[in-house]
Amino acid sequence: MSTTNIPTLELHDLEVSYTVRGIDRQVLRDISFSIAPGEAYGLVGESGCGKSTVAFAAMRYLPRNGKITGGEIFFEGKSIVEIDEGDVAQLRRSAISMVYQNPSTALNPTIRIGKQIAEVFELNGASKSEAIERAQAALVQVQISDPAQVMRRYAHQLSGGMAQRVVIAMALASNPRLLVMDEPTTGLDATVEAEVLDLVRELRRDTGTAVLFISHNLGVIRNMCDRVGVLYAGTLVEQGATADLFNNPSHPYTVGLLRCIPRGGLHKSTDRLDTIPGTPPALGTKFDGCVFAARCALVDDKCRTQPPQMVTIDGAHVARCFHSDKAGSLPRSVEQIEYVPEAKGHSTKVGDTLLDISHLSKVFTQDGHRIRVINDVSLTLGVGETLGLVGESGSGKTTIAKLVLGLVEPEDGGIITLDGKGLAKTLNRRDVQDIGGIQIVFQNPDQALNRRHSVTRIVGRAVERLRGFSAQSSIKRAHELLLGMRVEASLHGARPVQLSGGLKQRVAIARAFAGAPQIVLCDEPTSALDVSVQAAILNLLVDLQKQDQTSFIFISHDLGVVRYISDRIAVLYLGRVVEFGTSQRVFNGPFHPYTEALLSSVPNIDGSTRKRIPLTGVVPSPSKPPSGCVLNPRCPRKEGSGYEALCETEEPNLTEVEPGHFMRCHVPMAKLKQLQS
Amino acid sequence: MLRFIVKRVGLSILTLVIVSVIIFLMTSILPGDIAKQTLGRDASPEAYEIWNKEKGFDKPLVVQYGRWMGGVMTGDLGTSFKFALPVSEVLGPAAAKSAQLAIVALILIAPISILGGIAAAMNRGKKVDRMLTVGGLSAAVIPEFVWGVILILIFGVVFRVFPVSAFPNEENPNLINSVYHLLLPSIALLFVLFGYISRITRAGVIEALDSDYMRTAVLKGLSRKTAVFRHVLRNALLPTIAVIATQVPYLVGGLIAIERVFNYPGFGNTLLKAVIARDFPLLQSAVFLTGVVVVCFQLIADILFAVLNPRIRQRVTE
Repeated sequence: MSTTNIPTLELHDLEVSYTVRGIDRQVLRDISFSIAPGEAYGLVGESGCGKSTVAFAAMRYLPRNGKITGGEIFFEGKSIVEIDEGDVAQLRRSAISMVYQNPSTALNPTIRIGKQIAEVFELNGASKSEAIERAQAALVQVQISDPAQVMRRYAHQLSGGMAQRVVIAMALASNPRLLVMDEPTTGLDATVEAEVLDLVRELRRDTGTAVLFISHNLGVIRNMCDRVGVLYAGTLVEQGATADLFNNPSHPYTVGLLRCIPRGGLHKSTDRLDTIPGTPPALGTKFDGCVFAARCALVDDKCRTQPPQMVTIDGAHVARCFHSDKAGSLPRSVEQIEYVPEAKGHSTKVGDTLLDISHLSKVFTQDGHRIRVINDVSLTLGVGETLGLVGESGSGKTTIAKLVLGLVEPEDGGIITLDGKGLAKTLNRRDVQDIGGIQIVFQNPDQALNRRHSVTRIVGRAVERLRGFSAQSSIKRAHELLLGMRVEASLHGARPVQLSGGLKQRVAIARAFAGAPQIVLCDEPTSALDVSVQAAILNLLVDLQKQDQTSFIFISHDLGVVRYISDRIAVLYLGRVVEFGTSQRVFNGPFHPYTEALLSSVPNIDGSTRKRIPLTGVVPSPSKPPSGCVLNPRCPRKEGSGYEALCETEEPNLTEVEPGHFMRCHVPMAKLKQLQS
Repeated sequence: MLRFIVKRVGLSILTLVIVSVIIFLMTSILPGDIAKQTLGRDASPEAYEIWNKEKGFDKPLVVQYGRWMGGVMTGDLGTSFKFALPVSEVLGPAAAKSAQLAIVALILIAPISILGGIAAAMNRGKKVDRMLTVGGLSAAVIPEFVWGVILILIFGVVFRVFPVSAFPNEENPNLINSVYHLLLPSIALLFVLFGYISRITRAGVIEALDSDYMRTAVLKGLSRKTAVFRHVLRNALLPTIAVIATQVPYLVGGLIAIERVFNYPGFGNTLLKAVIARDFPLLQSAVFLTGVVVVCFQLIADILFAVLNPRIRQRVTE
């Protein structure tokens, strides 16, 4: 770390406005913070709070309708607000770089990777051949395997993780003194995220670059940053050293955010997640008092009329709150639902097996290759139970959901029974009762709900079709369902576009419950939502389950969420179940080596350091699975287990290692336990 | 890639076969007795019968179609009733004339429309953009033959800077003189196509300007100009070129009216004469030739799309 006192980046009372329909709407207010050379500063907050605007303002790259209306941005002591485009370009060429959220779209689709990286070196005066050489060296630096080959590829031929490495290589090519990272790992698998974060950590150590790190993921921020700022409605509400802020959150918003997260150990059976009531203010809202007043449980008259200033909590830890001393004791926000369950078609009681999947396989044919995406999967789901499906992308989670729904036809030999009755393989051969009995909630309600229909119509139609109600009673039931999901009556005539993401997902859930389902498949239902909204949706699902014993199959890449909501968990790798057991067993170990690696890759929000068990190499293509155990080339526990030869030649079976706990591994459980302790 | 091209060519041939059947059936069910038309009302019924026999019109439709297609394959398109010449000798020179006009028009239209589209996109929402967009669309709603008449009136009659006919009245006109004569009809076509092509270019450029990779390019430190040249134009224009290829068939249609207005002895004029004279062999072959041109350019456009886009190129290669 440098000893100079001049910060690399300093924002001073920065104000930014967007002009929307002729009106200036303020998006950032009085933002002040600084980043010292070599320091990593994290910025957290929910979507729409202005995080990315800060990042782009620091790059002097605001949208066409955005402008800096006040304050200063200093880079190494010099203001960059007023400098002209040429100087800005010079700065970007040589001193400030950026890494983006969607690496695959950030790369030009028609130019080879090598050329795109080389461009940066050429800009800084390197000759063509020299630039190419250095581009390859840059790829080596970001630990890409086979860089020479990657140089010749196009963006679409890279996986998300590789694309992000390329973007990072490009950003580092100019030897920047400031690196702005805007949600660099959002959308990547947990294992890939962990690798990218490791890489960033190493590069920081080697280069001493200052980093502005933006993320909605508190766990990532906690693990990556020295200091943190919390943004709400374009205002910095709390700032401090990472450990101080996480251990002693002193703004009600920070406290609320941290409480929303289903972190290690929380489970639906014992813990209810907190939510932050209300919704974030619309863009450009004007405030007389505190920006958070409308949603704060500690609010009083002073908060509503007088804007609070930053107060010192402890040293450099500051919070913009009149009641920061009471923030830790913020009352919990608990909401209840008024859902009226309907009598279901099944006679079984809680705990009985409702869904039985046995020997399910699916082979897709692509360009003459047979790709076995699901390989002999057998699972059971009990009444009123939640089965979590986890695994990296491509592991077959969504295909299993599609097979259960009948959207994809399983290969011969696969049997799905619901409540003891065999289900037809495809949807068009199932009767209305079976169709209504298994419903789905998708990740993106925007695409799942018909934009042209009102909320009532969306739900009412499903009731009509699946329950055979008359038009009138369908509408009545639709209103009941919507109210039960806490969608207010005033919104029942609205179209999806008029609703927030959380409300849209509530409508989607109401639609899924229209047919009085026995099973609801939830495919990443909260992945597109902010943590506070996610908590509310998870609470809703848990309440629904308690009231009418609906069973869930819950798919998510967020292991914390899956752990919270699931009774049993199946871990998938390359279309195979590698571990299956109760939530507690799967998360507490002894683990299957793959589960172990997956769990260790999740950034821990509690700040406890844990050794990461890396998975080496990439996920093999399901068209050419490795011989023996499919995990063996990447397995962290193969070497030294004494079973290497067996692992490489014979595929292990899914065996019951202890009552109700299944594993697909040659290494016996006692040995795994010993290796993992 | 080869597989993709072979597949596309196969599909094109299939399209042409279907087109040929439709053309054949349509010309066969056209009202009016051809024999009567050709020989006149006063000829004897026997004369009609002999004429029909001679031309093969007494045979079943399938046989007639087979004969026509067989002729198309071997280059023998039959004999024009009106001109009493082999159809190929009538159509060949006319098509060559039309091709000259189409080439001159394209050389004029493509760069001007593309530049217009780029200018509009770069000045999105500003006066230049609005002027180009509104102007282009307004010009496009007026049919090309009306433009032709207006242009002839202004530049041919009032100012007398351009000839009113598109065809030089000399024995062996030189290239410059030929092109000079073709300019006015080309401008008429430009007015009609500018709105469309510039609009597509504009959309392509705007999409590329708003793309994440353009943002990357700018944030790498490229000047806006360089970023636009290296990252936007390539991605935005290559598809536009393919779109222009799909517009060539339209040009052929536009030519029919334009050639009439400018009294140009091209393909369109010939087609028109064939219709009026119910010159079946000529009409069938002329319409079929139009079909061939349309399908060929569609094929070229498809292949261009694939070649220019690495994503598609990759997929079709694998």
